[in-house]
Amino acid sequence: MESEKDKTEFWRWLEYHSVMPGKDWRKANVITAGVDVGSVGSKAVVMIDGEIYSWSVLRTGSNSSDSAKKALDWAMQDTGLSLKDFHYIVGTGYGRVNVPMANRAITEIACHAKGANYIWGPSVRTVLDVGGQDVKAIRCDDTGKVVSFLMNDKCAAGTGRGMEVIADLLKIPIEDVGKVSLSVTEEPEPVSSTCVVFAKTEAVGLLRKGWSKEKVLASYIRAMAIRMSELIEKVGCEKEFVITGGQSKNIGIVQRVENILGVKRLPVPNLETTGLDPASAGAIGAALFAKALYEKEKHR
Amino acid sequence: MISAGIDMGTQRVKVAIIKDKQVIATAQNFSGFEPAAVAQQTLNEALEAAKLSREDVAHITATGAGVDMATFADSNISMMGADAKAGAYFFPSVRTVIDVGAEDARAVKCDEYGIMQDFVVNARCAAGAGTFIEAMARALEVDLEEMGPLSLKAERASTINASCVIFAESDVVSLIHREEPKSEIARAIFDAMAERVTSMVRRLGVTPDLALVGGVAKDVGFVAALKRRLGTEILIPENPIFAGAVGAGLVAARRAKRRQ
Repeated sequence: MESEKDKTEFWRWLEYHSVMPGKDWRKANVITAGVDVGSVGSKAVVMIDGEIYSWSVLRTGSNSSDSAKKALDWAMQDTGLSLKDFHYIVGTGYGRVNVPMANRAITEIACHAKGANYIWGPSVRTVLDVGGQDVKAIRCDDTGKVVSFLMNDKCAAGTGRGMEVIADLLKIPIEDVGKVSLSVTEEPEPVSSTCVVFAKTEAVGLLRKGWSKEKVLASYIRAMAIRMSELIEKVGCEKEFVITGGQSKNIGIVQRVENILGVKRLPVPNLETTGLDPASAGAIGAALFAKALYEKEKHR
Repeated sequence: MISAGIDMGTQRVKVAIIKDKQVIATAQNFSGFEPAAVAQQTLNEALEAAKLSREDVAHITATGAGVDMATFADSNISMMGADAKAGAYFFPSVRTVIDVGAEDARAVKCDEYGIMQDFVVNARCAAGAGTFIEAMARALEVDLEEMGPLSLKAERASTINASCVIFAESDVVSLIHREEPKSEIARAIFDAMAERVTSMVRRLGVTPDLALVGGVAKDVGFVAALKRRLGTEILIPENPIFAGAVGAGLVAARRAKRRQ
């Protein structure tokens, strides 16, 4: 039993897919899809007449185009949809140039702003997107158009990848790290380096010093939150504020960022009833762009 | 008189035994999870090689990232201080010592006596240290020792985002899928690392002669790339990985003399 437990991959987050109940794509006029191939996760969203129909979130493999195909296949599963039914597909994310079925590629920055606008409405002005290998702070207008943005294009410190490394080292399932990090009675000093490569060395050092797992986790997540907050402050944090990307589910990051900035994010909608998933904001935005592009090209 | 230096690196523990300003024995081991025990063991191995016992050693000086773990040491010296001392000992003409280890890199300016004058360090980013080559070797599925020779076969370098190990890993994966030659990817990796080290050295000012020490100084690919970037000759001692330990051992000898 013990050896089985040791083999557990604590970083391994759950993949998921679903179809909105009570909707029929055969009655739709425009069927589009957004496929967001991120560095760690691949997301696909199918939209019918500009409304969410189905979605999938899975781990990106070593080949971007395979991951794109898998994600869209999974979103189409049990729906009877096939590729030829789509009017327009937009690819986005780190691997956006490798989405073979896409009619066009659009940057994830534009897609995340558009997606956030769709999920939370026109009051959104600041979007923090925390993905597998990057963190972006995006300012947008009431139509979801990007006004300005900043991203960590030189260093992966403080991203989802680092969180995975720490979860694995401390043997805490990735879904629980946020909650566990908040169980400390007093907030520890942040680690000095959030470098993904050094994360392990520093955490091992702290454990050796006698720090509890919870304290080490809190220390690392606090350092991540400080890095993110600095990025947001540089671009300027205007209300309403939202968080997208996989790490939007990490309550340890969310609460710390909120405390540092003194701003609460807008609440996350119920995925099952609305189909609105902050982790898929980029794919949602891409599917919306796909619809707009299809309509524009049709009227030409 | 006999003294010893111990360098508690993030990846390896190194010991040098010094007798009358000559290095008479060395030993090294991986730091592992119990560096304190490894430190003791490495010292014992070096003493054994020199056919000496602990009582024969007048003074032990420790240095390196895990310096606190060498509890038996009589004194400590900074990594920069040890580098300066070792640089001037290996090559009296050296004024700039570049030390590239597993997890950090430093450039130290020194005088003819091996006294440190100024320094810059990189300890927060893995892209400028040996770990970078290890991570890329894994991504390329090439043995670490093969990386240098492989890179020398390339006449051009691939384009990678090498500001960060994590970004570079992703780039290497896509380059492999595009079937770019591994040699060109390897060359790009060394170029990128040399670029980071060079910009660090330039912040300090490039005063000749230059010496390169630390474990990465053994890598022919990195050395070639660094020479290209800096545009100067670089002196490399025979056993560059022991530079910190030798520097600390020389400092130990002086301190022992002063106490006599």
